[in-house]
Amino acid sequence: MTQIAAVGSKPDAQEARYEHPSRLKLTWRYLRRNKSLVLGLAIVVALTLFTVIGSLTIDTEKRAYPLAVKPRQPPSAEYPLGTDFFGRDLLAVMVRGVWQTAVIGLIAGAIGTGVGVILGFLSAYYGGIVDTAIRAITEVLLPIPAFLILVIIAGSIDRKSVTIYTMALIVSLLAWMGPTRIMRAQVLTLKERLFVNVARLSGMSNLEIIFKEILPNMLPFILASFVSGVFAGIFGSFGLSVLGLGPLREPLIGNTIWFAQQQAAFFNGWWWWPLWPSLALVLIFVSLTLINVGLDELANPRVRRTE
Amino acid sequence: MRLGYLIRRILFLIAVVWVAATIVFFIPRLSERNPIRERFAEIARSTGFAPKDLEQIIAAYEVKFGLNKPLLEQYVEYMSGVLRGDLGPSLTRFPKTVMELILSALPWTIVLLSLTTLISFVLGNLLGALASWPRSPGFVKGLMAPLMMLQAVPAYLLGLLLIFFIAFRLKLLPMGGAYSQGITPSLTLEFILDAARHQILPAISLILASLGFWALGMRGMGITIQGEDYVNFAEHKGLHPRTIFSQYYVRNALLPQVTGLALAFGSVIVSGVLVEQLYGLPGLGGLLGDAILKNDYFVIYGITLFVILSIAILMFLVDLIYPLLDPRIRYESR
Repeated sequence: MTQIAAVGSKPDAQEARYEHPSRLKLTWRYLRRNKSLVLGLAIVVALTLFTVIGSLTIDTEKRAYPLAVKPRQPPSAEYPLGTDFFGRDLLAVMVRGVWQTAVIGLIAGAIGTGVGVILGFLSAYYGGIVDTAIRAITEVLLPIPAFLILVIIAGSIDRKSVTIYTMALIVSLLAWMGPTRIMRAQVLTLKERLFVNVARLSGMSNLEIIFKEILPNMLPFILASFVSGVFAGIFGSFGLSVLGLGPLREPLIGNTIWFAQQQAAFFNGWWWWPLWPSLALVLIFVSLTLINVGLDELANPRVRRTE
Repeated sequence: MRLGYLIRRILFLIAVVWVAATIVFFIPRLSERNPIRERFAEIARSTGFAPKDLEQIIAAYEVKFGLNKPLLEQYVEYMSGVLRGDLGPSLTRFPKTVMELILSALPWTIVLLSLTTLISFVLGNLLGALASWPRSPGFVKGLMAPLMMLQAVPAYLLGLLLIFFIAFRLKLLPMGGAYSQGITPSLTLEFILDAARHQILPAISLILASLGFWALGMRGMGITIQGEDYVNFAEHKGLHPRTIFSQYYVRNALLPQVTGLALAFGSVIVSGVLVEQLYGLPGLGGLLGDAILKNDYFVIYGITLFVILSIAILMFLVDLIYPLLDPRIRYESR
């Protein structure tokens, strides 16, 4: 009896030794391998901390707008990043600008991806006329550079009434074609898989299949498309605002660069004025790209082997 | 069935052009703004000149520009104007038409963008191919990470940082403008050298920003080709590695990159426009920035439409050239 018990207990002991590491541990191990994801997330966290701590400690409501502080001061102990021609504290401007830029990016990314997912599903899952129409529209709109249409839209709106939110809406107007195409292709391959057929045979409704079977498998792609959408949204709003089409009253990062260019900051020796916003945008763009490369590796393990 | 393909491409081109022109026509008319009224308000602000019969003048201008006609009629006129290359008059430099302004700015843009795209395409593809080539030295592979970072940054920002470090700090090159003040544009050697010196920084920022795109794409292609039988066979035949690299490796990996070129035209032109505006160059970008500053709407709309049309036509041309480069593709239906 004892022997049998011992034999019976053996697998147990083995299993205890090969115990699965916790989810946290696995995530940690994975992150150590996926360096670009970690680096990108680290930059995003650092920027978030900068703007959150900054807006808690500095009166950005006042100091980020004109005539708040002494104008044209180089960086010093009192003004760590200096002040601009209009008497704005550039530290406060950056705190607020990074926040507003992030808001525009997040709204544009969410709208673009959301519309893309819906249209992609409609197009791929139901097919027929809906599919043909959606495909034709995306095919014709895709080669037209969205940015140029944005220039027209932003140029037709009264610039004094443009806010951060209208800016985000303008930028997201033409951000859905790319996601629609990607989502459509994904749904088309997923809906032919065996597990979807099994689900259909077992009597699941269309909506159940979409939400319980297909959507969870598309999460990595949706996430990647969201990050690309945030990137495109920030890029679009940046391009518009450096052309002078942004919400001019707000200390958006692109606006700050535009104002510095209009006042010929470099010619006048106020190098700090355009420098900080440029560096902040470089950090934002690089971090988003790193995250996207990392997500690509996460979603598509085949990329790993080629490294 | 080559003809069928050609017809399909032409129909697609027409659809893109028509949709773009329609968007450019209707969006401004949906808004409440009146460019002519705003123009007069601006003159009144800056010069103090405010004519008493302003309403009549505005009405007269609207008749002159055909803005009082029914919308459908305006649309038809606008479309036929676009087909004839007539993009309307400029508001701020009135006797001049938008097309005249674009044509005088175009040579600057074409020279800058074609040269930088060519350099970036050749250099980027070479670097990418070398990075995936097993025999190449390690430092080329190390270049890929910085190139990927650079590719993430818009050319405009790179340009701004280059102005700061190279023009402002080191004072090596001019900060902006197309030529030094005091020099009159002419076809003398002195002027050309001076203008070229002013183009160096814009060119470098455009090249640096796009180099990574080509290098990464090429490296990806190279990696998939590496294990192909014909490369192995060439190696076992004892061909010189350089021959294998140029004839067997790069040539095959390059084809998808040419398609990439067609897709890249849009972003190349957009970043070119922004960089020109940054450096105050007299190309399309400078013209656009100027028009936005002066609220010259017809010029804004005209440039935008012109750029969209050029991109559509360039993509169409690359599609037609592609079968000449790749003998496997004939666009024939099976």
